[in-house]
Amino acid sequence: MSDLARALVARAEGDEQIEACVERVRRTEVRVHGGEVESLTEAESHGVGVRVVIDGREGTSSCGSFDSELVDGLLSDARDNAGFASPDDRAGIAGPDGHPVTKRAEPGPGFSATSSAEKIDLALAVERRALDLDPRVRGVRAAVYGDQQVERAVVTSTGIEAEVSAARGALSTSVIIDDIDGGTRTGYAVDAGSDPSDLDPEKVATLSVQRGLQLLGATSISSGRLPVILPSRIAASVIGLVGSMLSGERVVKGRTPFAGRLGAAVAASALTLFDDPTDSRSITASELDGEGLACRVVPLIDSGTLEGYLHDTKSARGLGESGTGSAVRTARSSPSPGFRSLHVAAGSGDLDSLIADIGDGLLVLTLQGLHSGVNQVSGDFSAGVEGIRIRGGVLTEPVREATLAGSIPRMLLDIARVGADVEHLPGGSSVPSMTMGPMAIGGSDPR
Amino acid sequence: MLDHELVNQTLSVAMSTGGEFAEVFVEDKRSSSALLDDGRVEELTSGRDRGAGIRVVVGGSTGFAHTADLSESGLANAASAAAAAARGAGQPGTTVEVSAITDSRGNNVLIAPEDVAKATKVELLTVADAAARAEGGAVSQVSARYGDSRRRILVANSDGLLAEDDQVRTLFSVSCVATGDTGMQTGRESVGRTIGFELFDQTDVGEMAQHAARRAITKLSAQPAPSGAMTVVVGPGGGGVLFHEACGHGLEADLVAKSASVFANRVGEQVASPLVTLIDDGTMAGEWGHFGIDDEGQPAGQNVLIEDGVLTDYMWDRLRARNEGRTSSGNGRRQSYQHLPMVRMTNTYIGKGTDDPAEIVASTESGVYVAQLGGGQVNTATGDFVFGMTEAYLIENGEITSPIREGNLIGNGPEVLMGIDALGDDFAMGHPGMCGKDGQGVPVGDGTPTLRVKSLTVGGTAA
Repeated sequence: MSDLARALVARAEGDEQIEACVERVRRTEVRVHGGEVESLTEAESHGVGVRVVIDGREGTSSCGSFDSELVDGLLSDARDNAGFASPDDRAGIAGPDGHPVTKRAEPGPGFSATSSAEKIDLALAVERRALDLDPRVRGVRAAVYGDQQVERAVVTSTGIEAEVSAARGALSTSVIIDDIDGGTRTGYAVDAGSDPSDLDPEKVATLSVQRGLQLLGATSISSGRLPVILPSRIAASVIGLVGSMLSGERVVKGRTPFAGRLGAAVAASALTLFDDPTDSRSITASELDGEGLACRVVPLIDSGTLEGYLHDTKSARGLGESGTGSAVRTARSSPSPGFRSLHVAAGSGDLDSLIADIGDGLLVLTLQGLHSGVNQVSGDFSAGVEGIRIRGGVLTEPVREATLAGSIPRMLLDIARVGADVEHLPGGSSVPSMTMGPMAIGGSDPR
Repeated sequence: MLDHELVNQTLSVAMSTGGEFAEVFVEDKRSSSALLDDGRVEELTSGRDRGAGIRVVVGGSTGFAHTADLSESGLANAASAAAAAARGAGQPGTTVEVSAITDSRGNNVLIAPEDVAKATKVELLTVADAAARAEGGAVSQVSARYGDSRRRILVANSDGLLAEDDQVRTLFSVSCVATGDTGMQTGRESVGRTIGFELFDQTDVGEMAQHAARRAITKLSAQPAPSGAMTVVVGPGGGGVLFHEACGHGLEADLVAKSASVFANRVGEQVASPLVTLIDDGTMAGEWGHFGIDDEGQPAGQNVLIEDGVLTDYMWDRLRARNEGRTSSGNGRRQSYQHLPMVRMTNTYIGKGTDDPAEIVASTESGVYVAQLGGGQVNTATGDFVFGMTEAYLIENGEITSPIREGNLIGNGPEVLMGIDALGDDFAMGHPGMCGKDGQGVPVGDGTPTLRVKSLTVGGTAA
């Protein structure tokens, strides 16, 4: 793969800068239903992307094949595209920045060495176990095993030669549970790992059933304001939104309420947030970023104070700051700054102590519609929510068909407690439970 | 796209381990896009994807493999992999012969985007940028995107089908940020059709940009949205997303078959207000969700799903239809040759009603008027769904009054459908959407008249 990338870059002429990214992805997906394999996919896909910068003008072109008939035309296409771009002082292919690479263990042969039959068995085990756990489990929408092995080479005319490989697999299910009122509740769970042996069917089945059962008998709630507890996996979705809003590209273009606020108190002092792709406990950890620079720890919020943004080379230039090795990309898309492994520093106490501590509130179990109800420019936050009402520090009735709303900057300032129960989540972040609020809850009662 | 002999050979290899059904799907897709952002033309890109996906069905199991290598050996390898994955019972193979093309659709594109100079496409972006900025100093950011794609497909299967289609889509969008004392707000406008560059003979990108900019500026003075259950009026075209989520997904036969839909076993029952007739129609020429044949080779269909409130049928792909001994409704779609087809919507719309839209608002004492909806999401098993409002106003004493901030609305599909109590005699198609299901995105269209829902829960922050 590096050879192919090198050959493309070797065609650089004059002052032009070229970056070639070559990628191979192997994946397996098993979906089972009713004790049978519904589908088994085994496939390999290829990608080649070329990015050219000539006199501050950038153009790109990509194809989904190593076939020379397609690859050969990429460079001329990219050059042609660059001719129509506006010159930009920020444009330019990254060069080596000397930052040391934190080595991590090469991914093992786990996924390649495991037979399809074994992968099928993992998915079947999840479905079987989920159905056995409780008579109220009516069915399983799908039990899915998936793995993906990515190899990527990035070579540039500016002296970067980078190769990374990553492997991850996931086992997930969504169970369908009969509710007492004739209605239906669902529970979803996922487990992820960098080796098939990390995937635990028992855990996935148990968690999905537990999560569905927790909502039995759920009804709506009256509208009002309540403090909320976000268990680690829910807190991680909210923190993920914050991570996106700390993208240097958004800051350069003034598309985030956190632009221009370095050094300001943007969160409660309980919150310390950083991106740490060097922590090998994170499934999304990586040695190198999308531009081939070393991944590193990026401080974002320190005890409530905004310390920094996530940068690729272009956004760092735009703000006159140092790069943070935070480019994310595929061969088919240009690099842009983003987080890999968000970490929230541990506070104190576990979820139970947060519940006991809150008095009156809502424990959030699912959030729905974050893509449609959150505006990362204005910071407005609104989501569908399911959860359990907490009264006097005790979990009481389950709640569904309600909304939870606020604004992300306000929510960060309103963090009341951060737990010590940091969980290394399937999405790659490491986040504890949190108490926030109070937030607006919309319920079924007429206004 | 592929030699017939090669198609036959590939299908024969796919059937060699005793498959009951085999299919080869070949795709050649070219796309190009350009982005103007922050006053600069950037991210000009072009892409090409070409490959084949091969599936083999044995009993209830499907084996699937794909390859970007369209040579004889590349296709044979993929066919063998798919056959092995389907774990065929080892019956002697069947020789497959696809003789002649059974269905071939050309596109009716007037101006092929690939024949249009890049400079002309870039010019559209600058026109949009200038028009948005002309709306005033509050407009702090403008980004405009142009995109086109041409997707040629060939589908052949062991039943002897050999069909081709040529799908051209063109898209343009403008997003603006307005900045004021109250912070920042966004406004967006987009248009996308399954046609060529003639899109811009029908669409004034400057006007689109003005709308996007005004939407952002208006929202600067928006007050917090209310929270709680209330009456919601959705403007023409806006309600499509609502139906897409409230019942569209729940009427997909694959989810129905797994009892993962609240609409399972309810054909013939009243599932919606008698005002509602819901149609999924892949044949609507030029619309964003239009195609000649679906990704299983079935001609696009016009399917009535709900008639006068009564559930008449689900949407079907080949596999689910075969299990029920019926034919596909032309809803078998996939994101690319790297994906398995499944039941998907096309253009989903609600037929016109008889109410005067102005009267619908005037007869609503208090509630929310949603002029533009964002995306949505549904849990088909429970029927609970959300969708975002990106332009909305309060209704007070029968009049549309103050703009309100963005947020989600939440409801339960079956309850919301029964609660539709007014349907306008107007109609509009909504904005081009990408519908996601099990990780695959496909272009879908939707449309509605003005409509009123008795009660939805609005997720705002106002007490």
